[in-house]
Amino acid sequence: MLAKRNVWWALALAVFVLFPLVVTNPLYTNIGVLTLIYMACATSWNMFSGYSGYIALGSGVFFGVGAYTMGLMSVHLNMAAGAAMFWLVPVGGIAAMLVALPIGWAALRVRRHTFVVITIATLFIFQNFAYNFAFTGGSAGLALPFIQWNESYYNVPFYYVALAVVIFITIVSAAVRRSRFGLQLLAIRDDEDRALGLGVKVGAVKLSGFTMSAFTIGMAGAIFAMFLGQIYPSTVFNPLFDISVALMAFLGGLGTLTGPLLGALILESSQQYLTVSFSNGSLYLILFGALFLIVIMFMPQGIVVFLRDRISKKAARDQSAVDSNELASSGAPT
Amino acid sequence: MSALLSATGVSRAFGGVKALQDCSLEVQQGSITGLIGPNGSGKTTLFNVITGYVKPDAGTVTFDGEDITNARPDAVFARGIGRTFQLTRIFGRISVLENMLVATQHQEGWLRGLTRSKSSKEEVGAAMEWLDFVGIAKLADLQAGALSYGQRKLLELAYVLVADPDVILLDEPAGGVNLTLINEIAGKIRTLNDAGKTFLIVEHNMEFVMNLCDHVTVMHQGRDLVSGLPAEVRANPLVLDAYLGGGEEDEDLEELTRG
Repeated sequence: MLAKRNVWWALALAVFVLFPLVVTNPLYTNIGVLTLIYMACATSWNMFSGYSGYIALGSGVFFGVGAYTMGLMSVHLNMAAGAAMFWLVPVGGIAAMLVALPIGWAALRVRRHTFVVITIATLFIFQNFAYNFAFTGGSAGLALPFIQWNESYYNVPFYYVALAVVIFITIVSAAVRRSRFGLQLLAIRDDEDRALGLGVKVGAVKLSGFTMSAFTIGMAGAIFAMFLGQIYPSTVFNPLFDISVALMAFLGGLGTLTGPLLGALILESSQQYLTVSFSNGSLYLILFGALFLIVIMFMPQGIVVFLRDRISKKAARDQSAVDSNELASSGAPT
Repeated sequence: MSALLSATGVSRAFGGVKALQDCSLEVQQGSITGLIGPNGSGKTTLFNVITGYVKPDAGTVTFDGEDITNARPDAVFARGIGRTFQLTRIFGRISVLENMLVATQHQEGWLRGLTRSKSSKEEVGAAMEWLDFVGIAKLADLQAGALSYGQRKLLELAYVLVADPDVILLDEPAGGVNLTLINEIAGKIRTLNDAGKTFLIVEHNMEFVMNLCDHVTVMHQGRDLVSGLPAEVRANPLVLDAYLGGGEEDEDLEELTRG
């Protein structure tokens, strides 16, 4: 069973590694980069919100802080525009983490709806900062140094760096799930007060989960800034980003490992594809509406959980068929 | 014998409702102490104060000679006081075994949890032993939300036990379960008590309390009314008044208990 699962992971990995070698059209590798960035964000988001049940709708703060950190560093550090800038990606993550500490410290004192509202508020506060501070460039945003890579090749380095980040985050998320820390997050999701009464230091556990997730979202934001070369307060501190990331995790399966990856893969790639092929930036909204209706009606726990239940039910049916056959062949009266 | 756990002069008001008024309670080392009283007399609030879920307005709680009055629930648990809840509270969407494992890390720093796996072999072993003790070991891999009410009560007892507390506070262990299971739970409590565990039990089932406990405290309107051996308490007219409602005699009753 475990071996079978590893085969699937290896297969998926091979497809992702080979994709830009097979599909060389920049139009599609561009979609690939954006999809990977969203896969990274949805998995990071799920690592805290999916496991702990604290639905945060302010992840745009960390994405934006990561993006602006990358932007400011590349503007002020006088680095040659090129691959060396990728080494600054983790710095974007660290900056997001530092911002997450006070936000988490304050917001995690409240639960459920109040928490959701506070996280939404933090996003708009940071968007306002970006609009109004001089060093962020205000509404004109920041222009990053232009990297002079060949157009046909431009997306590929970004693709592989983003893929590396997705792999890193997936491994971290899997490790969290297997750790004592992950179990504590799940216990907090199910009944926080009970967990507290069983010795779980809920405050510290929640804050570490929150900041870890901010770190990886910040890295994704840094890559995004480099990739686009130009960032604005409204594009990186974006409320739609918050909602998309959460919806991706919900669609795939909240609190599962593969769910957010799958959700982001489906939503982001189809959104980009539809936008490109119909040159219509809003068409995807109609299709998304229909898709979500279907998911909520028929698989409210997400695609992954839906499929898993199907498979285990089928296994149970097969098993009971075997049992009744054995019963029949053992000479039981029929 | 000295009191292992004691609450002295504890008061707590919720808005205008005085849930606890100068309430005191002692639990002797190695005893099974019963805490009874009519609905709304403050039993659960007292539990919450002892275990750190509610901060008292006045009064102190001491455990094993140490003041634990304002300790938080995780700290109280780490010191060796485990509790169950009146309406059983388990972690519904993780497995029964994982429920047990949540409770096994009470002496670890939170940072350790980040770097270690969910469980060691010893911890799983201990968890399975306690599941076996309460009789639900074969359900270990089941999602806990699928358990029946009675099984949830047993699980809650088991995961409090796995952390090896010195005192166990049970809030209505016999509430809402069938007679066979009540007797079974009483049997487990006795076995554990023989092994040296101290119990404080809130319960409405009088027979359960009178048979099991070696000391009973009766609460009424946020105060401790009477304390003594089960037989003494049972014979005390104040207790009868408290349960049947004294009406005007309430004031006399208060004076009596004060004096």
